[in-house]
Amino acid sequence: MRRLLAPLPIAVLAAVVALVALLAYGLASNEPERGVERALIAGGREPAPDVDLPRLEGNGNGSLADYRGHVVVLNFWASWCDPCRAESPLLQRWHERLDKQGATVLGVDVQDISGDALDFVSEYGLTYPMLRDGPGDIRDDFGILGLPETFVIDRRGRVAAVARGPVDDEFMRKQVAPLLKERA
Amino acid sequence: MKRAVAVATLLAALALPAAATAADCPKTTLADIEDEVMCSICGTPLGLAADAPQAQRERAYIERLIADCRSKDQIKRALVAQFGEAVLALPGDAGDDNGIEDVLVYVIPAIGIVLAAGGIAFAATRWRRRPTSGAAGPAGDSTRVDVDMERYDL
Repeated sequence: MRRLLAPLPIAVLAAVVALVALLAYGLASNEPERGVERALIAGGREPAPDVDLPRLEGNGNGSLADYRGHVVVLNFWASWCDPCRAESPLLQRWHERLDKQGATVLGVDVQDISGDALDFVSEYGLTYPMLRDGPGDIRDDFGILGLPETFVIDRRGRVAAVARGPVDDEFMRKQVAPLLKERA
Repeated sequence: MKRAVAVATLLAALALPAAATAADCPKTTLADIEDEVMCSICGTPLGLAADAPQAQRERAYIERLIADCRSKDQIKRALVAQFGEAVLALPGDAGDDNGIEDVLVYVIPAIGIVLAAGGIAFAATRWRRRPTSGAAGPAGDSTRVDVDMERYDL
């Protein structure tokens, strides 16, 4: 017992405890934000985090607040992301439908080279508004782990649905179309 | 002879702008840069992110800038403009003159390592010098034998 209370074992034990604590802190701080999903499972809707970012084309800033009263399909993407290529034509088709009904797709290009992103927009003929988050700071606010991810925001600025991965027609029909009938 | 001088003059005149252009073009290499910048989505230095798609795009972007005769500092600034300062892998690269944090990033771990090493050395020295109860020497041994012998009724 006395041997265990000697300074060296205590120092080693303290070092091990410190390392374990550091590891636990690292794991805990990397836990993604999932409050939106928890609210959705409970049948509620959380207000969407604030989005205020430069426009991809470079002409000033745009924000989610600009679209208050609209249904917004907020899509996070990057030109280097292959699944984003697959879903972009579908988002463009839906944007053309939604645009006439007080709704929009809003793209956020994340951690991408702006020239590559503009080439992507041109290649797929995307006409919906695009914002840009080069450093990717917004990922923490929405708990984004990969790309693409899509958040459907109702007319009152609350998150009504989430797709962690590419969206398809079924998701858009089930999660977006009903919101168009809701009032602001 | 005159003809040879004229040809030499012409060649020199042609070579001068090329040499000047080469001097104006500060050549750096991808290998030189990729250990000092991050693949921001991978969370690792670009040099370690071999196959990540974002890393490949970042490398292609750097190579375009190298081909465009940009210096290493200019390329780093261009990367910061694209991805923010988190793209810089080395503290102090941001270029701010009052960056005391950049110095502390190196100094604090060094102090920590020195203190930890000193603490362990001190503890080890004290532990080794401490007399152990069983190391009483020959006199201690004979006393213990006597005590043991008394316990047995021989």
